[in-house]
Amino acid sequence: MTYIGEIFVIAMSAIFIQNFLLSRFLGLCPFLGVSTKIDSAFGMGMAVIFVMTLTASITYLINVYLLGPYAYLQTIAFILTIAALVQFVEMVIQKNAPALYKSLGVYLPLITTNCAVLGVAILNTTAVRSDGVTPYNFLDSTLNGFFSGVGFTVVLLAMAGIRQRLGLVTLPKYMRGMPIALILAGIMALAFYGFMGFKL
Amino acid sequence: MRFFYEIVKGLIKENPMFVLVLGTCPTLAVSTSVINALGMGAAVTFVVICSNIIISLIKDIVPSSIRIPIFIVVIAAFVSVVDMTMAAFLPPLHKALGIFIPLIVVNCVILGRAEAFASKNNVLYSLADGLGMGMGATLSLTIVATIREILGSGTWLGIRVMPNSYEPMLVAILAPGAFFTLGFLMALMNRLKEKRS
Repeated sequence: MTYIGEIFVIAMSAIFIQNFLLSRFLGLCPFLGVSTKIDSAFGMGMAVIFVMTLTASITYLINVYLLGPYAYLQTIAFILTIAALVQFVEMVIQKNAPALYKSLGVYLPLITTNCAVLGVAILNTTAVRSDGVTPYNFLDSTLNGFFSGVGFTVVLLAMAGIRQRLGLVTLPKYMRGMPIALILAGIMALAFYGFMGFKL
Repeated sequence: MRFFYEIVKGLIKENPMFVLVLGTCPTLAVSTSVINALGMGAAVTFVVICSNIIISLIKDIVPSSIRIPIFIVVIAAFVSVVDMTMAAFLPPLHKALGIFIPLIVVNCVILGRAEAFASKNNVLYSLADGLGMGMGATLSLTIVATIREILGSGTWLGIRVMPNSYEPMLVAILAPGAFFTLGFLMALMNRLKEKRS
């Protein structure tokens, strides 16, 4: 029963309180680049959830069982894992699920350089449960990866919805594109600040 | 002559942040104070210069099909060097920059320069390009940080610049302030470009 509570805490803090995009500033490049259409935002979001969950679980195992005395290799080991994993996932999907590959395919290579993925791997190594002492175990890390991906997707979809409608609005020429997207993100970040007050 | 051109172009004409819009994450996250921005800028400059030099040296022996993973390993090695050096000699700065030091690995500016420049040019020009891009990134980080620090804490590099009656605009150093500052700066850049043409 207490573990369900723990899962709830992980989910709420990953999706709302410490949202990867709006309060941690991780993964902004795809956020600003792919958030112009809802379809592509959805594809990117699904690919990120998938890769982040896998990355979180595999890097946890690598960190605990392989890296022990070689902690200084962490960055190199994690980025290689992510690069290999993305390549592997791409090949598996291409072979077994061509339909899925068609919708996710173009986003997968981009994910290697998405700092949210490396970010979740690094954050998991030092993350602690809500009691402030117990370090994350394998399941916690995996769930944190999954829910962080969900948080990323929620904001990405919301942003894409706003930007699609923004296409109908007349804006000064110099505000179009990146500037207005950043200001929108700022307003959304303000809204997400409301969640900061939650003590879980 | 061309050596200087490669350095200078990174500052304004091909500024990685404002013009190429690469590496937004660290720019937004660590620009809460000028000292953090300078530290981050120095770290990025070091990594981009070193990786550009190494990559332009090994460009002829790297098979093109696996060049990206090799470039990433080279970059990750230098990032680890910066990470450990900073942890040893500048622990407060290391703590303030936190996760964004290891995340320099996935900073698109560095991999972008490796792929677009260092893998096609000789060592000297790659060094110049790395220096220029690093300084350009530092410049844009410092501009954003200057605005945020003056508005958000009333100080610049820790020295009080606003009158004592000034009530700091806390939102400027929080996450939303980062987005607003960068958004308005980019709009201003576009506006200036529009006027000139």
